[in-house]
Amino acid sequence: MPEQPPYEPERAIAGTGTGGQMDLAASEATTLEGTPDGPGGSGPGGSSDLGGRPRSLWSDAWHDLRRNPVFIISGLVILFLVVISVWPSLIAPGNPLHCELSKAQEGSQPGHPFGYDGQGCDVYTRTVYGARTSVLVGVLATLGVAVLGSVLGGLAGFFGGVGDSILSRITDVFFAIPVVLGGLVLLSVITSNTVWPVIGFIVLLGWPQISRIARGSVITAKQNDYVQAARALGASNSRLLLRHIAPNAVAPVIVVATIALGTYIALEATLSYLGVGLKPPSVSWGIDISAASPYVRNAPHALLWPSGALAVTVLAFIMLGDAVRDALDPKLR
Amino acid sequence: MGRYVVRRLLQMIPVFIGATLLIFLMVNVMGDPIAGLCGERECDPATAAQLRKEFGLDKPVWQQYLTYMGNVFTGDFGTAFNGQPVTELMGTAFPVTIRLTIVAIVAEIVIGITLGVVTGLRRGRPVDTTVLVLTLVVISVPTFVTGLLLQLLLGVKWEWIRPSVSPEAPFDELIVPGLVLASVSLAYVTRLTRTSIAENRRSDYVRTAIAKGLPRRRVITRHLLRNSLIPVVTFIGTDIGALMGGAIVTERIFNIHGVGYQLYQGILRQNTQTVVGFVTVLVLVFLAANLLVDLLYAVLDPRIRYA
Amino acid sequence: MRGATHAKRAACTAAVALAAAACGGGGGGSGSAAVLSSSWGDPQNPLEPANTNEVQGGKVLDMIFRGLKKYDPDTGEAQDMLAQKIETSDSQNFTITVKDGWTFSNGEKVTAQSFVDAWNYGASLRNNQRNAYFFGYIDGYDKVHPADGSKQSADTLSGLKVTGPLTFTVKLNQKFSSFPETLGYAAFAPLPRAFFDDHDAWLKKPVGNGPYMVDNYTRGSQMSLRKWEEYPGADKARNGGVDLKVYTDSNTAYTDLLAGNLDLADDVPAAQLKNVRSDLGDRYINTPAGIIQTLAFPYYDQNWSKEGSEKVRKGLSMAIDREQITNTIFQKTRTPATDWTSPVLGEDGGFKEGLCGESCEYRPDEAKKLIQEGGGLPGGQVKITYNADSGSHKQWVDAVCNSINNALGNDRACVGNPVGTFADFRNQITGRKMSGPFRAGWQMDYPLIQNFLQPLYYTNASSNDGKWSDKEFDDLVDQANAETDTAKAVRTFQQAEEVVRDDMAAIPLWYQNGSAGYSDRLSDVKLNPFSVPVYNEIKVG
Repeated sequence: MPEQPPYEPERAIAGTGTGGQMDLAASEATTLEGTPDGPGGSGPGGSSDLGGRPRSLWSDAWHDLRRNPVFIISGLVILFLVVISVWPSLIAPGNPLHCELSKAQEGSQPGHPFGYDGQGCDVYTRTVYGARTSVLVGVLATLGVAVLGSVLGGLAGFFGGVGDSILSRITDVFFAIPVVLGGLVLLSVITSNTVWPVIGFIVLLGWPQISRIARGSVITAKQNDYVQAARALGASNSRLLLRHIAPNAVAPVIVVATIALGTYIALEATLSYLGVGLKPPSVSWGIDISAASPYVRNAPHALLWPSGALAVTVLAFIMLGDAVRDALDPKLR
Repeated sequence: MGRYVVRRLLQMIPVFIGATLLIFLMVNVMGDPIAGLCGERECDPATAAQLRKEFGLDKPVWQQYLTYMGNVFTGDFGTAFNGQPVTELMGTAFPVTIRLTIVAIVAEIVIGITLGVVTGLRRGRPVDTTVLVLTLVVISVPTFVTGLLLQLLLGVKWEWIRPSVSPEAPFDELIVPGLVLASVSLAYVTRLTRTSIAENRRSDYVRTAIAKGLPRRRVITRHLLRNSLIPVVTFIGTDIGALMGGAIVTERIFNIHGVGYQLYQGILRQNTQTVVGFVTVLVLVFLAANLLVDLLYAVLDPRIRYA
Repeated sequence: MRGATHAKRAACTAAVALAAAACGGGGGGSGSAAVLSSSWGDPQNPLEPANTNEVQGGKVLDMIFRGLKKYDPDTGEAQDMLAQKIETSDSQNFTITVKDGWTFSNGEKVTAQSFVDAWNYGASLRNNQRNAYFFGYIDGYDKVHPADGSKQSADTLSGLKVTGPLTFTVKLNQKFSSFPETLGYAAFAPLPRAFFDDHDAWLKKPVGNGPYMVDNYTRGSQMSLRKWEEYPGADKARNGGVDLKVYTDSNTAYTDLLAGNLDLADDVPAAQLKNVRSDLGDRYINTPAGIIQTLAFPYYDQNWSKEGSEKVRKGLSMAIDREQITNTIFQKTRTPATDWTSPVLGEDGGFKEGLCGESCEYRPDEAKKLIQEGGGLPGGQVKITYNADSGSHKQWVDAVCNSINNALGNDRACVGNPVGTFADFRNQITGRKMSGPFRAGWQMDYPLIQNFLQPLYYTNASSNDGKWSDKEFDDLVDQANAETDTAKAVRTFQQAEEVVRDDMAAIPLWYQNGSAGYSDRLSDVKLNPFSVPVYNEIKVG
């Protein structure tokens, strides 16, 4: 599981795309019928007694995904976000740091379609340039939280016992740390003005939640008949976790992670607002959203565009997550 | 089961000690709070030293911690910088915040799960899309803005509510703040329920139940929903912390003098006694909440047992 | 209680249709018995006169105490209040006579002893009073408040002597001609015996000698003050009382004002300034207050103390478009500064418009040239440090930086550098860790030019955050303090201010105004030069 976390869409896709180690097991699709597939018959890369072309759950999923319009659209949106994160000047010729106070809060005008914000900076240019920081923080923090959280939570839920108790109590302590305090303590000592400390901080404080969710899902999934049967047939723990439990426990993790992506982008702004996150002259949607918020009565446009960009990003990832989850669920096929 | 609960209760002791120590150290790492007490000027060194002595800040950290813990066990949580005992602060803040949290959690359960069931059963239909759009709005518009606009609209323009909550903070005044506070969590609960419902509604037991001719309503509530609730319950359990200790924005906008507000003030003023006191109580709440969640697992899924 | 609120709200909703007034929070009724409600913040320190150094606690002290002097709410001039006369022949030994007939609201007489006890309490190290240094001019202060924190060797100030029921003498440790004018500050208020006899009870319900008395105080939520009917002074309350309501946020107070739940919000949030005219019409006041914002520099840093660095500072000052920033960011609730004092002092008090000259005007081209002549910005970039936890500092710092960047034609010449907490910000200042300009704000304690110069620029003064030091300046200040003729003293202080100007010791940014909005129940609302509402003059109904 650690190598191929299913909720990591891009990696999962890349993995199956190369046709690599994913094509291993016989399909759990049979669980639809409630008859667990014995682990014995299917070796690595193996043949199967089902006949026809053998496909694993994961490659089935990829097969489905490629044909799913929801996946294609969300993929294109994400691709677009990545492109403008790398080359913002492709579509925004202006300078995001050039602001003229005399134009503060002015509305849309030729050459400046989104108008100006409270400092007289061009909202369009800043929204385009903000993508890099925000997408980076959102995606990497979400990935970090999801990987760390689901690995730890999954293992704790699967094995139970002392390890579970210790991990659960550690998460209790983490929940107790107020974000503001954590930010002021941990981030104020860091002077580097890059996104990495912010991402690290979010991962550090965010993993307990996903860990709890993953633990709960795994505890439920491991009670399923096919898991018990597979265990009875002598399947190894890693096999049980990866092949039988993970695909059935991943859905809540995907749901929480995709929504969390949006909240992490906003959290970056909270940290900046507290003076411990990214410092000026950084540009991000979160920073612009929080700067525009108090002025929503006078200049709603300055809030609307960065918020809209954030909404589109979250939408793309929610759709992607939905598509991946559907593809992994044999029952929906 | 009984033994399990006792064991979990015993585990609270190390967590309690660990959490208080951690928070104590964190507030200490922030540095010397005295400089912030004298306004825009340098505290005169003699007064600063005297104040440090009064708050026990002149001793080494470990000694401060031991003294503090000793006092805590006798029920003395120290004093805030304005001379008010921390227990008094907690006594006014916690009841208000607990009421606010109850409103928020009830909203999450009632609205979130209902919307989740509806959208889960009608995936891809207009109602599903509408809820998705609302979800996006809730995530991308800060609660500050939602709160502010609701306050202006409901409180000033239409005069349906009081824009600010009175010091007594009764339940009816907390409905709108509670909804604002719950909004982001609502998005999580709705989508978690939706996904679980969509996943489980094709499962064997649901098919069996339908085949048996059970009424649709009964199938949904008794079989489908019950089996879909574990992730939702887990999420709500983890969310209590965010609702109780992190309601900074909501509490500020609606003038609620609750835990989030006091904790935030305490942190900004680096008041160890206030922060550690509040967090200590919060840790106990999390421990209780998470124990409850784990016990609920067994209720929702009888296959899960605790020994 | 709940029912009543509901009924009242319903009645108010109905009344709106009839365009009737009188739907504020707090007590009903009108005329001199009516009570008004006003926004408040919880005081940060215990509410003792010598322990209150911020405006929220100051509001209460202003209502429940009257000192020897009182600053005129309009002109800021110090006028005799409880002082019959204050006499001196040498600007160092003062004889103070207290007016007869004054009592505290608990009936106790205000005597010379009330003052001397209060001042001794305030000065004594063991009482932890934040404003103890105000008594630092009085002889014997070093004994009751040893600077090195060693054990205090006396309990009372040797410079204070009670010579009769209503007279006492004050001996200062240096000549200080404007000492009587400082006595309007809250720290110099008299205290009743109740303060010393049962301190805890007093803190729960403070007792003073002002036009109001505390009726009820619930920490963290509300303080109810009621008119003291037997108040002997001329400035009696013209309303029945004031309910101070604690708000978590000034924006909430403003919204409550709009909804008719609050009568007076004395801190209109920056984001609402643009709407204030349409929301409140003429029920909004915006008057100068004794507050100036500046940018200070770390003179312990080589880069800022070296020869020619004053050119860089002047250049930076000329790169800031104050007019534009005060208009746009602050909606004219601040005025571009042209000297280092405040307009509330008045011409006679030492305010001199334009003293800064062209160094405080926006001249981008000259700015660029001066900075180059001065050797350029240290490290190629200046970082303006500020605390992020209070006020709207980020907005104006960003605006100042944008202005500097535009003037210099370099996107990264200036960036803001937020610090998480005020305490941390102060620690960096006192620990001499600043490397570039940082936010410095000064709210006057009393309306004297001395208060705008000495604490901020005198060598090692308590608020000389940049550790600027200049022999000529110090000499001029000493000379001015010893001067008995007020006009001459003011002129000497202005000469000292010119020294500050020539070295651009700090960049003056703007004078801050006090602003407040009020409900249509109120009339005669104004703010004093300390930006505190003059509560006793407000009429309700």
